[in-house]
Amino acid sequence: MNPFSSETRLRDMIRAIRACKTAAEERAVVRKECASIRAAVSDNDNDYRHRNLAKLMFIHMLGYPTHFGQMECLKLIAAPGFPEKRIGYLGLMLLLDERQEVLMLVTNSLKQDLNHTNQYIVGLALCALGNISSAEMARDLAPEVERLLQFRDPNVRKKAALCSIRIIKKVPDLAENFVNPVASLLKEKHHGVLLTAIQLCADLCTVSEEALEYFRKKCTEGLVKVLKDAVNSPYAPEYDISGIADPFLQIRLLRILRILGHGDADASDLMNDVLAQVATKTESNKNAGNAILYECVETIMSIEDSGGLRVLAINILGRFLSNRDNNIRYVALNMLMKAISVDGQAVQRHRATILECVKDSDASIRKRALELVYLLVNETNVKPLTKELIDYLEVSDQDFKGDLTARICSIVEKLSPQKIWYIDQMLKVLCEAGNYVKDEVWHGLIVVITNSTNLHGYTVRSLYRAIQTSGDQEAVVRVAVWCIGEYGDLLVNNIGMLDLEEPITVTENDAVDVIEAAIKRHTSDLTTRAMCLIALLKLSSRFPSCSQRIKDIVNQSKGSLLLELQQRSIEFDSILEKHQNLRSALVERMPVLDEATYSGRRAGSLPAVASTSQGNPLQIPNGVPKTMDAPLLDLLDLSADEPALQNSSGPNFLQDLLGGDILSSASQSGTTQPQKSGTDVLLDLLSTGSPPAQNGSSTADILSISQDNNKTSVDALNSLSSPMVTSVQSTPASSIMDLLDTFGPSPTVPKDNDPAYPPLVAFESSSLSLIFNFSKQPGSPQITQIEATFTNKSSDIYTDFIFQAAVPKFLQLHLEPASSNTLPGSGNGSITQKLRVTNNQHGKKSLVMRIRISYKLNNKDMLEEGQISNFPRDL
Amino acid sequence: MGIRFILMVNKQGQTRLAQYFEYLTLEERRTLEGEIVRKCLARNEQQCSFVEHRTYKIVYRRYASLFFLVGVDNEENELAILEFIHLLVETMDRHFGNVCELDIMFHLEKAHFMLEEMVMNGCIVETSKANILAPIQLMDKTS
Repeated sequence: MNPFSSETRLRDMIRAIRACKTAAEERAVVRKECASIRAAVSDNDNDYRHRNLAKLMFIHMLGYPTHFGQMECLKLIAAPGFPEKRIGYLGLMLLLDERQEVLMLVTNSLKQDLNHTNQYIVGLALCALGNISSAEMARDLAPEVERLLQFRDPNVRKKAALCSIRIIKKVPDLAENFVNPVASLLKEKHHGVLLTAIQLCADLCTVSEEALEYFRKKCTEGLVKVLKDAVNSPYAPEYDISGIADPFLQIRLLRILRILGHGDADASDLMNDVLAQVATKTESNKNAGNAILYECVETIMSIEDSGGLRVLAINILGRFLSNRDNNIRYVALNMLMKAISVDGQAVQRHRATILECVKDSDASIRKRALELVYLLVNETNVKPLTKELIDYLEVSDQDFKGDLTARICSIVEKLSPQKIWYIDQMLKVLCEAGNYVKDEVWHGLIVVITNSTNLHGYTVRSLYRAIQTSGDQEAVVRVAVWCIGEYGDLLVNNIGMLDLEEPITVTENDAVDVIEAAIKRHTSDLTTRAMCLIALLKLSSRFPSCSQRIKDIVNQSKGSLLLELQQRSIEFDSILEKHQNLRSALVERMPVLDEATYSGRRAGSLPAVASTSQGNPLQIPNGVPKTMDAPLLDLLDLSADEPALQNSSGPNFLQDLLGGDILSSASQSGTTQPQKSGTDVLLDLLSTGSPPAQNGSSTADILSISQDNNKTSVDALNSLSSPMVTSVQSTPASSIMDLLDTFGPSPTVPKDNDPAYPPLVAFESSSLSLIFNFSKQPGSPQITQIEATFTNKSSDIYTDFIFQAAVPKFLQLHLEPASSNTLPGSGNGSITQKLRVTNNQHGKKSLVMRIRISYKLNNKDMLEEGQISNFPRDL
Repeated sequence: MGIRFILMVNKQGQTRLAQYFEYLTLEERRTLEGEIVRKCLARNEQQCSFVEHRTYKIVYRRYASLFFLVGVDNEENELAILEFIHLLVETMDRHFGNVCELDIMFHLEKAHFMLEEMVMNGCIVETSKANILAPIQLMDKTS
């Protein structure tokens, strides 16, 4: 016999499929089988239809598409015989689902079958309806189902009840129709009907509030009585499972009592007795008994409090927890999580057991126990609990480590009693599982470190030890490098030793070694290396003897392919070479980072603040007295990473220098620089000893690469600014533009600094006018800022406009590049250029200056010269 | 609600019976089965029978070469589901007599009938073996 004809019996096909050795063979067999089935379908073969459908179901279970068999199901359902209908309905339920439109065709057959005389066929139809009816079908056939709820045969009744559940879910409006029939069903004796009726009742209660009220009033007592009967009933062989009479029914009853009693004191009262009875009388050496007890405990926890019952429940849970069976323990842990909200004290008593569960070999139990521990921890028990958890961290599996680390970190953060303890614990966690730790965690650690000033020495020494042992954890390296850079002098000189510390000798070279190792390691990523560079810069100031060595290390990164590193190393190198005087001020100790804001930011409340500081910086009111931390806050807002922390060295320096009270918008502008420390370094370079208004001009420098007039430090600036310009991001650039706009020709730059020198018309010719605007900083009377504005009086455009000035020996002149070198005609625009004049004989002699202006007019070179001696006396 | 799906899978990971009470495409089903089976097969005897997978729990038990897996909502009583699995096995045992994996394979439709009598739309309908097997025995007699 050809094994692949449609006469094949199901078992032969199965045998053939099982005989296949490879997946390809199996696919071939299935394909042949499907082909023959399809042929039979199109032939409309009656005899073997049910056999084909059975084969189709098997094939469907293996995962092959079988939609060509759907019409077959319909034909089978329409057949008169019971076996055919059976297979047809089965196929319907397996091969179709409620979304298929073919389902609508079945509605008529279903209706007929629901009215059939044979109760089994009615049962079939109800089954199919209950499993896959769609909303329209439900609506159509609801009246039939309602009628069937009172059918003579209990099997049909029970199926009708379950079918109604689906109808209610699909069409909630029809819920009211079912409320009354259910009330009578609840008085049934047949367990099956009772089971399904209770389920229907439960679903009605969830769907509609009035149903809940109705059942609460009318049926609670009845249900309690049923439960009592079930618990006390004698041996019934039908429903007995391992000695307990119908545990499923009992569990359902407990569940419905839970729904009815939740939030309602009267109903809860009625239940107390029976719940106590169930809790005490049920045997717990069998799984069925435990299942009932579990449900009972859950019900007790949900209904209104009645003292004694709760104690009973927690005792049961305690027993579960010490059971050797893992299933029971799992269930107990689950329940305890809910019990915590009810009675935290009782759960605390089981703390030791729960801790044991965290270390269990079973993954599910571990997970539950960890969540429970997290809920349990409070100020009193945080130390021992954390110690346990960290000990376990060392031996836990990889996939569990991530979870565990996150939990430990949040516990430590929330509840650490002292800073030193916090730092210790975090260090341990980082050493064990630093790679799993998120960025915010070690940022938070750094914030706390800066805040605990008396612990700086201790921290840096601990970190030094830690990096020797756990140098492979990225987070440890980062925090250690940052701290060594910041507090290197404390490390080397053993400053701030606490009693419990052992002395440790670290030379300056050792410290630099550590950082060099970090930079050279392959596994260090960009952030770590960048942090190393800035730490090296800080160390070069704190350890002057190692300067040369540090310079060498920094130089090695100059050729790095990563832009960030290259940029940093070039800039730092230039600081090291040319700006020795700046260095110490630049890398002074950082101020305390504001914890409150930091945690506020981490809580996500910061986006508003961040946006204002990224937008126009001048929106921050000038007159409001702010604390020193304000610019730092703004900085921190900008970036979540530590480059922000380094940036703050810039304006910090400013604050130090200028007495900390000046809140000119310029220092705000410093904070809105992009997250490249290089920019701030630039600003710092330019702002040595000069009013912060200079910041505006320096940003002008960055943006307008024009000719260099003076071969002084501006050279270094320009060479640095070329790589800078390409990397300036657009948002900060716009904020710089904002600065420019405001800092433009008007002398309104910090009003409090303007000593009211009137603008001076320095030079006037037939074609050109030059106006000087003066400003001085109160702290440095010798230095004058001059803003020169050139206006074109003719109607021609001047190109290649160059302004030069010379001063006598007792004056120093510093010229910034001009805003442009094209002067439009007829006063349509102007060129501005800033000058800085330092008068060493301030007060004795006033300023004089010779100027020379050269430009091209219609491609003809022009030159104008003059002398300005009408400076105000006091400049 | 309640039960989401019932699977019977052998130790090599081949599905022997699959009944879903929620809609999933064929692809989704295969991936789901693969993931769950891998998780359950990797566990040993001492570990508990409950596995958490995505938004629901899997309750499983191994009988000889066959794993019975039931996917339930998070609020369901796990111990009761374990009892249910046992009830299912016992019912099949009573009908087939010393049921084994091959019985289920070759009489797949009967296994489905039994399951349908017991669970409908994700809720347990009938827990008495006599009541469950009555229609099936009737059908066997007529055919």
